[in-house]
Amino acid sequence: MSLIHSPRHAEAAIFRATIGAGEPFLKEVKAGQTLRLLDLEGNQAVDTLFFSASNPRERYDVQRTLRKQNRVYLTTGTVLYSNLGNPLLTITADTCGRHDTLGGACAQESNTVRYALDKRYMHSCRDNFLRASLHDGRLNKADISANINFFMNVPVTPEGGLTFEDGISAAGKYVELVAHMDVIVLISNCPQLNNPCNGYNPTPAEFLVWD
Amino acid sequence: MTSALSLRPSLYEETVPGGGHTSFVLKRGQLLRITDLEGGANVSLMLLNAAEKSERLNLPDSLKGQHTAKLTVGHCLYSDMGRVLAAITADTCGWHDSFGGVLSATEVQEKYGAGRYQELRNSFFRNGVDNLLVEMGKWNLNLQDLLMVLNLFSKVTVDSDGCFHFAEDNSKAGDYVELYAPMDTLVVLTALQHPIDPNPAYAPKPVQLSWSQVAEDGISVLCRTSRPENGRAFHNTERQYI
Repeated sequence: MSLIHSPRHAEAAIFRATIGAGEPFLKEVKAGQTLRLLDLEGNQAVDTLFFSASNPRERYDVQRTLRKQNRVYLTTGTVLYSNLGNPLLTITADTCGRHDTLGGACAQESNTVRYALDKRYMHSCRDNFLRASLHDGRLNKADISANINFFMNVPVTPEGGLTFEDGISAAGKYVELVAHMDVIVLISNCPQLNNPCNGYNPTPAEFLVWD
Repeated sequence: MTSALSLRPSLYEETVPGGGHTSFVLKRGQLLRITDLEGGANVSLMLLNAAEKSERLNLPDSLKGQHTAKLTVGHCLYSDMGRVLAAITADTCGWHDSFGGVLSATEVQEKYGAGRYQELRNSFFRNGVDNLLVEMGKWNLNLQDLLMVLNLFSKVTVDSDGCFHFAEDNSKAGDYVELYAPMDTLVVLTALQHPIDPNPAYAPKPVQLSWSQVAEDGISVLCRTSRPENGRAFHNTERQYI
């Protein structure tokens, strides 16, 4: 696992926003711009989906992305492909080392399955995805597919096991991506309290954009 | 692991030729057996709630809920609403792949070369994206509904560096997997080679589909009890019918 740092300075960013713990976030990033997701306090899963801004039916495609790189984790050099086969973004820097894209997003309904029936009424990433999508108007439930969990550690074993492990991220770790087309970035800063994906303590993340 | 032979009358049988695609509602209480007739088959599968097709197979939820990347007997295929679209009640090959997805027309041409209908007639080179899209279109579904698919009969392992390895000979002639539907489930499938099968020739294998009616759902006990998560997913499924 190699860690690649970025030469970019936060002071030169054209856009900065702090995404509070458990909050949704939706932002358009233009072709050629670079975005950074910064884990401010450590061990925070940032559930993220990408869509083409000119045709939101074109979206991040997990299976094509994994197949094209022949690897199960995302890190520097990973090209995120769309369901139409086009590169959406490329990861250009990563000080965390790897990111999950198999674990999906938490939802009220999956919480009932994973933890207990009475966990239904806890806040969840799918609530955030739907809230941001429906207010924006360009996206709806049908557009929500398997997402990326930046900073989340979900190792797959050679025997086919899959577990949620304590995060390998820490305060100040970040990942940067350059956009190859105008993209909509849809984020849920994960509110999950029932497993170690956020270290049982959801915290804020920062979103920065450079031209 | 095999299921005991039971007196389970078959309702219907059909062979899907290599390259073929089909879709149907597997009704609550029915069992679908998919058999690899020649060995080396691959079936790309998508599932939806037949009554409310916005509810779809959610592989990430299925994998994390059962702490597995492979799927085999005892596992359930969850929808995004926390319900069981299908339970894998028997499986003689032991590993079904959730990583590989399906190839597009462009990717099939890159891998196998041109194989047009104009020259090859019905042997033309099909691709999983278009095959599934065509079937989904028949139910008024579209590109948005083509999510992560499950590739039956195929095994892809992940090494310690995270790299994929395709296991050849995972499925032998006669191997089968059984899907039990505890709710009315729309099944969409196509029989095409796995995207990372290294065979450079386009040579998809046929599979047999066999439907049977299950008298009582004791067949699902293994899946229902294999993990506490599955018990709750069955609970959510049965709540639809109160």
